[in-house]
Amino acid sequence: MIRIKRAHVLAAVVAAALCVPAAGIGAGHGVPTKVGKGEGALNVIEWAAYTDPSFAKAFQKQTGCVIHRKDAGSSNEMVALMRSGGGGGGGQYDLVSASGDASLRLIYGGDVQPVNVNLIPSWKQFLPIFKSPAHNTVGGVHYGVSVQWGPNTLIYNTKSVKPAPTTWGAIYSSKYKGKITVPNNPIQIADAALYLMKTQPKLGIKDPYELTKSQLDSATSLLKKQKPLLKRYWNSATDEISDFKNGDVLIGAGWPYQTLQLKAAKAPVAETIPREGATGWADTWMLAKRAPHPNCAYKWMAYVTQPQIEAKQALVFGETPVNPKACPYMNKLQKGSCAAYHLNQPLSYYSTIHFWKTPVAKCGWQKSDSCMDYNAWQQAWTQVTG
Amino acid sequence: METRATRIGLATWSVLVILFLWIPLVIIAIYAFNSSNVQSWPIPGWTFHWFRVAWHNDDARNSLLLSVKVGAATTGIAIVLGTMAATAIARFNFFGRESVSFLLVLPIALPGIITGMALNSFYVFAGLGFSMWTIVIGHATFCVVIVYNNVLARLRRSSTSLLEASSDLGADGWQTFWFVVWPVLSVALVAGGLLAFALSFDEVVVTTFTAGAQQTLPIFILDNLRQGQQLPIINVVAFVVIVLTVFPVALAQRLTQDTGVIRRGGTAAVVAKEA
Amino acid sequence: MLWRRPWLKALGLLTPPMAAFLLVYVGALVVLFVSSFWTVDSFTGKVIHHWGLSNYRQIFDTSQPYLRIAGRTIGIAAAVTVTDAVLAFPLGYFMARLAKPRMRALLFVMVLLPLWSSYLVRIYAWRTILSHDGAINWALNGIGLPDQNIAYTNWAMWIVFSYVWLPFMVVPVYAALERIPNSYLEASADMGARGSRTLRSIIVPLALPGIVAGSIFTFSLTLGDFITPLLVGGPSSSFIGNVVYDFIGINANIPFAAAFAVVPVLVMGIYLTIARRLGAFEAF
Repeated sequence: MIRIKRAHVLAAVVAAALCVPAAGIGAGHGVPTKVGKGEGALNVIEWAAYTDPSFAKAFQKQTGCVIHRKDAGSSNEMVALMRSGGGGGGGQYDLVSASGDASLRLIYGGDVQPVNVNLIPSWKQFLPIFKSPAHNTVGGVHYGVSVQWGPNTLIYNTKSVKPAPTTWGAIYSSKYKGKITVPNNPIQIADAALYLMKTQPKLGIKDPYELTKSQLDSATSLLKKQKPLLKRYWNSATDEISDFKNGDVLIGAGWPYQTLQLKAAKAPVAETIPREGATGWADTWMLAKRAPHPNCAYKWMAYVTQPQIEAKQALVFGETPVNPKACPYMNKLQKGSCAAYHLNQPLSYYSTIHFWKTPVAKCGWQKSDSCMDYNAWQQAWTQVTG
Repeated sequence: METRATRIGLATWSVLVILFLWIPLVIIAIYAFNSSNVQSWPIPGWTFHWFRVAWHNDDARNSLLLSVKVGAATTGIAIVLGTMAATAIARFNFFGRESVSFLLVLPIALPGIITGMALNSFYVFAGLGFSMWTIVIGHATFCVVIVYNNVLARLRRSSTSLLEASSDLGADGWQTFWFVVWPVLSVALVAGGLLAFALSFDEVVVTTFTAGAQQTLPIFILDNLRQGQQLPIINVVAFVVIVLTVFPVALAQRLTQDTGVIRRGGTAAVVAKEA
Repeated sequence: MLWRRPWLKALGLLTPPMAAFLLVYVGALVVLFVSSFWTVDSFTGKVIHHWGLSNYRQIFDTSQPYLRIAGRTIGIAAAVTVTDAVLAFPLGYFMARLAKPRMRALLFVMVLLPLWSSYLVRIYAWRTILSHDGAINWALNGIGLPDQNIAYTNWAMWIVFSYVWLPFMVVPVYAALERIPNSYLEASADMGARGSRTLRSIIVPLALPGIVAGSIFTFSLTLGDFITPLLVGGPSSSFIGNVVYDFIGINANIPFAAAFAVVPVLVMGIYLTIARRLGAFEAF
């Protein structure tokens, strides 16, 4: 918001008289080379349970960094919080667990700072695909450290949906009209684009996140056709869980978290990754540009990426670690969970998952700047849902 | 005055409306004892488990306490500012009178997110650190209008001659306030204050942008709604809060018990009562 | 002592609230409003201070969904207001004029307590009530009727909004009705008016300030809400607030969000003007 205010001369004069925290203060000049003493506190913006006491309590004891958490319900909310108070986390927040649909927005908006991955010992153990993914590494510079990921799966009610679906077409057809649900998130356009990529190759879609105007229009019209088939767009995981449990919804797009919660509640559901592949989300702990406690932040990033902690977090939330060494720990905590969460898959598995990244105008595949950016995606999504 | 049929009809309607208001609350109370953490109907089993969990949950207790503090501060500010503004509008005619109503209604009429962002940028601008008081200021902006509207509606229906009569009879400022102004205004103030407290107690959007690391009760509830694993805790919290607030609300109602005197006997009764 | 120099007293009464208000709230709003004439660079997300009406043109473009969304928001807000007025008036009348003091106290408490049970929790309770396996269908099936399918529709939103704001309408209506002197009603009866005539000509006009006060709450609270559409709404239930919420997140497109937020401001301005024309703000 300070960007807007600087245009007002009068406002600037008043600001000079009052004490305004100057923007840009913080570890913004080059990355640190070692982690100093903890500052005693750590303020995070997170997906709920990303700093769950079951694994965060030991961290607080070890380092003395007391965690204050702000739970966000959506990527939009995370971005808005990071941008408030003048941007860069407002001088309030240190870390944000941004998903791929938010991370590039934060990087280009100048709200996060580069991170020295050499200070995170477990980073070397990560699966190669998560060391420098396109959604958090720009021009070779790391803007955070990957933490966990999950696929966007097709969840269905095993009693009412027969035979078991094998294609994403199931949520675009009128067979289950009025009983379908998909997430309320502009990035869902990529799911439609992925479906079109495989079923209508003539459109020439090479990357579901890099769409030209006509490709975006095709995806939008597919989503508009889908809208009357939907029961609703779900906004949080618990929405989808209660909808499946209550029988309001029989089939839809979701995450392994929902499936596991539903199975624990004895609901007859199963999930699958259809033949077209799937999109996936991968979360990154990013360091705010104006983080007031950078040392505690680095300590946390180093702590939570250790294999045994990754395993704990994976089972608490319902997601997959980026550190394959977590596999035995997961199996110790819950038998067979390593395989259930696809952590033991070969690297070829990951090529079927198209990870979220914020759409930008630059097209990697056609070397031009004519792709639609997130602004255009948001407008298109509002057209669909409005 | 009303016919018997009218009276029965009104009583029936009232019962139905009260049922409409309360059945969902009863359902919330039932869910507080739900043995599953997924909300379905009918509930699979009964348990006190969530009460124990909620009791031991520090966040639940701290957020409840913070909400009470914020609500009290906000209501105090809203009552003072709202009454002053309503009195000025009701009693005096001056240029720009209607715009005051309009300005006061804005915080409620605009999406909370706009109020939140506007206040957030103001706080940064003024160098104010986020604290309980930034939340209170945010809440006060939309709570003032509630007291203001209630007091204004009440003042419109009362007449200044009561105040004149009181002075003519020799009452000083305090006596006039206690025996004339307070009975007239008390219902509106108490009702307005209760509504303002309720709105502040329950507010989540503006609070997200005006709170730092502070967690008020609605924010705690929203977090738990999203996470879902401990969903029944919020039903427990809601149930406990309803039970606890019976006392202050009943008390507030008693304070405004006696104001029917003006209605029943006409203006002469006011003087007779105080003789 | 209260009567000398009335305009000074008005000033004294008004200055603290208005000063606080203008300084904090209106100032910040003005900046937001000014920014609605600017645009955003979609690559960097920075605000470009280039004055223009492009945001407004987009909102009023009929091929875009924004007018439809605004219409839906206003329509539901109006429906909720009328519903709550109809529900609250008889209840308020009963409480104010027919109930014995103890009954009145009980009703007062029962009307206000729901406000403390948390808006979010009440909406979640309604979701479960309306859902496929919820209490309504359970009751309907119990007496042999088929399932209803109201969940996640605008009907559901109308019900839920009317439910959550109802106490805000009951209280001012009750306060206004309580104030009507018995002597007026007796006089009306003495002059030969029947119940309905008294209602139309005496009671409703005198209670009007209370109804209007309540309607301002129900209308404006619905107009600015975006949480209920998220929790209870269906695929076509976006409100103005939802659009604003979404656009604040991307590239800080605050200019567009601010432009769209001007709509509820205008609507409330018109609403208050109509309320004034109806004579609701005049002292008799």
